Amino acid sequence: MADLRSNFAGIKSPNPFWLASAPPTDKEYNVVRAFKAGWGGVVWKTLGEEGPPVVNVNGPRYGAIHGADRRLLGLNNIELITDRPLEINLQEIKKVKREWPDRAMVISLMVPCKEEPWKKILKQVEDTDCDGVELNFGCPHGMSERGMGAAVGQVPEYIEMVARWCKQHSRLPVIVKLTPNITDVRHPARAAFRGGADAVSLINTINSITHVDLDSFSPMPSIDGKGSHGGYCGPAVKPIALSMVSEIARDKETKGKPISAIGGITTWRDAAEFISMSAGTVQVCTAAMTYGFKIVEEMKSGLERWMDQKSYATIEDFRGRAVPNVTDWQYLNLNYIAKAKIDQDACIKCGRCYAACEDTSHQAISNMKDGKRHFEVMDDECVACNLCVEVCPVQNCITMVQQTSGVDARTGKKISKDYANWTQHPNNPMSVKAAE
Amino acid sequence: MAPAKTPDIAAKRLPKAQYAANFTDLHPPLNAHEALVESDRCYFCYDAPCMKACPTSIDIPLFIREIQAGHPKSAAKTIFDQNILGGMCARVCPTETLCEEACVREHAEGKPVKIGLLQRYATDQALSEKHPFVRAKSSGKKIAIVGAGPAGLACAHRLSMHGHDITIFEARKKLGGLNEYGIAAYKSVDDFAAKEVDFVLSIGGIEIIHGMPLGKKLKLPDLQKDYDAVFLGLGLSGVNALGVKKEDADGIEDAVNYISDLRQAKDPSKLKVGRNVVVIGGGMTAIDIAVQSKLLGAENVTVIYRRGAENMKASAYERELAQTKGVNIKQWVAPKKVLVKSGHVVGLKCENTNSGETFEVKADMIFKAIGQTYIDVTGGTIALEQGRIKVDAEKRTSVKGIWAGGDCIAGGKDLTVASVDDGRRAAESIHSFLTA
Repeated sequence: MADLRSNFAGIKSPNPFWLASAPPTDKEYNVVRAFKAGWGGVVWKTLGEEGPPVVNVNGPRYGAIHGADRRLLGLNNIELITDRPLEINLQEIKKVKREWPDRAMVISLMVPCKEEPWKKILKQVEDTDCDGVELNFGCPHGMSERGMGAAVGQVPEYIEMVARWCKQHSRLPVIVKLTPNITDVRHPARAAFRGGADAVSLINTINSITHVDLDSFSPMPSIDGKGSHGGYCGPAVKPIALSMVSEIARDKETKGKPISAIGGITTWRDAAEFISMSAGTVQVCTAAMTYGFKIVEEMKSGLERWMDQKSYATIEDFRGRAVPNVTDWQYLNLNYIAKAKIDQDACIKCGRCYAACEDTSHQAISNMKDGKRHFEVMDDECVACNLCVEVCPVQNCITMVQQTSGVDARTGKKISKDYANWTQHPNNPMSVKAAE
Repeated sequence: MAPAKTPDIAAKRLPKAQYAANFTDLHPPLNAHEALVESDRCYFCYDAPCMKACPTSIDIPLFIREIQAGHPKSAAKTIFDQNILGGMCARVCPTETLCEEACVREHAEGKPVKIGLLQRYATDQALSEKHPFVRAKSSGKKIAIVGAGPAGLACAHRLSMHGHDITIFEARKKLGGLNEYGIAAYKSVDDFAAKEVDFVLSIGGIEIIHGMPLGKKLKLPDLQKDYDAVFLGLGLSGVNALGVKKEDADGIEDAVNYISDLRQAKDPSKLKVGRNVVVIGGGMTAIDIAVQSKLLGAENVTVIYRRGAENMKASAYERELAQTKGVNIKQWVAPKKVLVKSGHVVGLKCENTNSGETFEVKADMIFKAIGQTYIDVTGGTIALEQGRIKVDAEKRTSVKGIWAGGDCIAGGKDLTVASVDDGRRAAESIHSFLTA
């Protein structure tokens, strides 16, 4: 049986599934329920400075987009950091950690961008015997207007500075949580590690407005007719998170550094993908908020079964295996030829592949054979774009088949087994020419 | 125990409350939530097979997408564009052998999208609204339509849309033809047929003259003289004979007449029905009368059909429905001799058409449901084919200026939806004839 235990920047947990800093980790009651359900750890919802807590809106905090059957695909929120007094949070954290010593207890923090407040709160949280802190430099709404959260996360110099303070004033592992609301995530990641951070976690939520109410013309969620951008998360953001994680994982400066991945992780498969992209733990929020804490059972058993099938004894056995395969477009093999193939036995004849290809792409699918409805790929037109695969409602009905010999029916060119990329291509004015 | 009455024919066989339950909607309408869930299942197929299977070629994927996108009234308009009686068709179409049989999800999972119920959901919402079509500028042309059944009504509506003035001559008291008099009560509850007629006529430009059956007071040459075009939607007024002795004994009835009485009955508990009922036939009428006899409280209902299941016009779905209601269907059985006592039927001697073996079935009532015939009322001026009016693809008869459609034409499918299609096609043909 695969061993799911994780040791992330010195923080141990029985499995890599943590609950992200968010409403599910705001208080003892929820966190205890999560631990009972089997979660490996939590990042306690962000604590702020001592004093009167922040206040939340008293109207809707969430907006969402849905897929078929109202499956929640993307969630947005305008909730702030914890609105409960610091002292109560600290007491509860200490109690829960004492009762659940094997689970990871990380505390998310956000205080003004000055040394004193950070120094002060770090001492306070150390007393809880927590396992680490996560610096919330990601929250894109509300707190950022007050010079915290994403306002810090968008300035690499600030990230470096605060990370350095935290390492100076605390013995705890420091995780810096990054905002995706920037142009190049490598810069804040590099800054975090330069400041001495032990790890980064990403992505925080993305600036978003989910809807406009077409009667009131208010953005949603609507508070008395007005709306403000919120932070977007859930399955819809997973590809963005995966790409950003991959950028940090393969950057020269940050390669190999611990990453806790966040962004739309919903099943064991998402988790395995992020781990293969070098993540040491995965943080989940929307999936739990949609389906409840029980989903962790499927995540754990699914990951375990897959690892057993692949004979991976521990997470380290496959962690980061996808990273070397992430490259720049210019290095992709232009001699790799594939063609779409429709499995006629699996085909239900909906014709969506045909509509997509005929209307919007390469006219490479025929829709009739001997006067009957029949969909088939024409190799002499197919550029292997994969659109038909993606629009087909039947999984694995259309597949991409590599052509390894003979001639590409579309180009008439002989299929070469040699690797050749854009940098070498004759059409590229910058291509490296062989010496004459 | 008192001896069984012979014949045992009685009303009020069931507790009063049972009638309402028995004659309620066979398939309750979808509510808004169910309609959304179901509409999400549609794949929006290219050149959709369901649409091709619909005799009126309703753009099914489009109307389902309109429901899904929150505009059921647009969906209704899409349906009415092709089939102004889309509300009734949603209730009575054998969708299991038409659109839903063709649905790719039937192919994929054995569970088609519930097209009929979605069509009902859309059309129900539009029926109480302002009429969705506007008449074109008056053409000054007058068209006579004989028969206000589905074909006549569809023809009238389409011609009125084109700006022509229509007069419908109807022999019976109410409009609607078989929609009003022929459809099983549990398929058209709440006086739906009449409401739909009102909806169709609300376009305006359609005058109704009752009590004028063709061939009696009303003569075809007069119509030809007084109108620019004539459409015949006469239906089938004759009933096939069994061809056995004592067919006129008391207790032997034409199923269509009894169904008509039932449809017009305000209180079904007052209808008399036999304890033992035998139905002869294998079509929808046979199933309808058998099921309704059962629902009226008949104890034993037996349908006998001289051939096998594959030859029965009633679909497998309809047969299963009947069997669920407790109807016994005997295939390969033909009537041999009506057993009569004191002028009233007491049973039927049957013969197995394969083995020649004979047996007797007790019967207090026998319903004949062996098809109807066309009785010529045109004075023999119009050419017939296989005993019904011969028409071309545009529904033109052999006589210039006269069109025909519905059950009275050769090749008619005995389906409401096919009659609607005939009426609409004839209307388009008449319109181009008049405006050429």
